[in-house]
Amino acid sequence: MASLNVRAALLSVSFLILALGLWEMATQPPEAQTGLTEYEMLMGGVEQESRVPPPSAVIKLAWAELSDPFYDAGANDKGIGIQLAYSVYRVLTGYLAAMAIALPVGFLIGMSPLMYKALNPYIQVLRPISPLAWMPLALFIIQDSDASAIFVIFICSIWPMLLNTAFGVANVRQDWVNVARTHELGPLRTAITVILPAAAPTILTGMRISIGIAWLVIVAAEMLVGGTGIGYYVWNEWNNLDLASVIFSILMIGVVGMLLDLALGKAQKLVEYNE
Amino acid sequence: MSKSFLEVDGLSKVYPDGQGGELTVFEDIRFALEKGEFVCIIGHSGCGKSTILNVLAGLDEASAGNVVMNGKEIKGPGLERGVVFQNYSLLPWKTTLNNIVFAVRARWPEWSKDKVKEHSERYLKMVGLDHALNRKPSQLSGGMRQRVSIARAFATQPELLLLDEPFGALDALTRGVIQDELVKIWEETRQTVFMITHDVDEAILLSDRIFLMSNGPNARIAESVKVDIPHPRARATIFQNPAYHKTRDYLVDFLVNRSGSALPEKDGTPKIVEPAQGVAQATPASADAETESDSESESDTAARAVNA
Ligand SMILES: Nc1ncnc2c1ncn2[C@@H]1O[C@H](COP(=O)(O)OP(=O)(O)OP(=O)(O)O)[C@@H](O)[C@H]1O
Ligand SMILES: [Mg+2]
Repeated sequence: MASLNVRAALLSVSFLILALGLWEMATQPPEAQTGLTEYEMLMGGVEQESRVPPPSAVIKLAWAELSDPFYDAGANDKGIGIQLAYSVYRVLTGYLAAMAIALPVGFLIGMSPLMYKALNPYIQVLRPISPLAWMPLALFIIQDSDASAIFVIFICSIWPMLLNTAFGVANVRQDWVNVARTHELGPLRTAITVILPAAAPTILTGMRISIGIAWLVIVAAEMLVGGTGIGYYVWNEWNNLDLASVIFSILMIGVVGMLLDLALGKAQKLVEYNE
Repeated sequence: MSKSFLEVDGLSKVYPDGQGGELTVFEDIRFALEKGEFVCIIGHSGCGKSTILNVLAGLDEASAGNVVMNGKEIKGPGLERGVVFQNYSLLPWKTTLNNIVFAVRARWPEWSKDKVKEHSERYLKMVGLDHALNRKPSQLSGGMRQRVSIARAFATQPELLLLDEPFGALDALTRGVIQDELVKIWEETRQTVFMITHDVDEAILLSDRIFLMSNGPNARIAESVKVDIPHPRARATIFQNPAYHKTRDYLVDFLVNRSGSALPEKDGTPKIVEPAQGVAQATPASADAETESDSESESDTAARAVNA
């Protein structure tokens, strides 16, 4: 089985080299031009930056950025680490706020068919709304761009958590609930010692979906509100036509998203059980 | 009037039959249990045994009638009644030991951690599982899981133990071993037990009395059969007792030929039957001696087989 891992790793590395090689070749500067087009003359010659940069340029930039990720040279020139930290901070704040509401309400809905029936129509209407559609309303009501971005994260991460919690709680095996009943556990002790651990894997699946969505949404939200954050950074570098930075930050978005998912995956492992 | 430990009075269960009418699963169930008795109930599938047991456990409600235990009416589940479910119902995220600790802590919240642990371990030892304390239920065989479940029920020392086909899902070999264990624990604790089974031999081995249910709908507990075999009993030797065969024949005949039409006494209480009455006296002394020596040699062989 170890040989499978080794072979997979070798194959992965070969794919990477192949892809980087193709990319490098496709982005070579053109051979000596016969002359400048009218547009190029207007723009003052062939602009190096207007082409997709080769991987070597991106790697060079990544090296420079990652060797000093937290520098701060004014509003429009902050290290990638600082920008990512802003985004992660917003995601976690909105996410934790969503958790604080979704878990108890999900429990309530899961335990009470009455509450489920009463609240279900609202959930069904609110859930399919694109989180960014809330942005104008949030900006108007909250009057603060940072808090509005956090609110958008809150609203997009609440639904998977809420629905999975409700589903997990409602589907706890009746046998286990009966065990709690025959041992005279009160409602709170039953919730904590039986229903929560029984529903935990389902709840964590919802939390994992939520963190993924939140990370997707924060980039778009920060492009809208501006100021700080990785979303703003990507947009800003695009406006600067610094495509190497754009590509580099895209990769960083992927890496951080993966780390967030990995963390939730680990948590999921902790609460899993086999029947 | 309430003199017995547990009195079941006029219990019935009615479900809608799905066509606008009503379906009476069982009706006017009346019986009493005395403290320290082991009673099994046998009846064909669907006659309502589990429902009756769940009503006693307080997990289900009867449509009519009531149950009084120790002079108090049963209204919901309680720690003075322990339940062993057919599907074990262990909490799969807890280890074997913690499944017992969970129950013991619920029963005696004032106990110290050490005392709870020690008590739980003692009961796991009784069922021979002291080597599997830290395994999860998913890592145990079906037989081992059911042992944990039995240990959990006994560990809380309930006044009444309710067992719903505890061995139904086990193979014959494992079933036999755990039956022996149950006999052993029961001889030690003499708890009051009410148990559902489909197995006539199991019922005779374990019970003092066996309730026979007629078929549903409108099922009744028609008869109460006395098992006249002294304790302690053992699976290997019980076949030697002439009362065993009389009782067994009677039970099988009921289940095969009479369960459709059998009725209780006019007042609704089960007819009391003693199929083995007089067997001991009727058996000639020589035959009696023979069976005894037979049983001895049989248990000798069994012992040798175990030692080998
Ligand atoms: N929710 C329900 N609605 C209608 N009928 C039901 C419902 N629950 C149980 N019944 C009926 O009640 C009857 C008794 O069920 P119960 O589980 O008590 O039987 P049982 O004697 O334990 O059978 P088995 O030996 O197969 O376990 C069955 O005939 C079943 O069809
Ligand atoms: Mg049943």
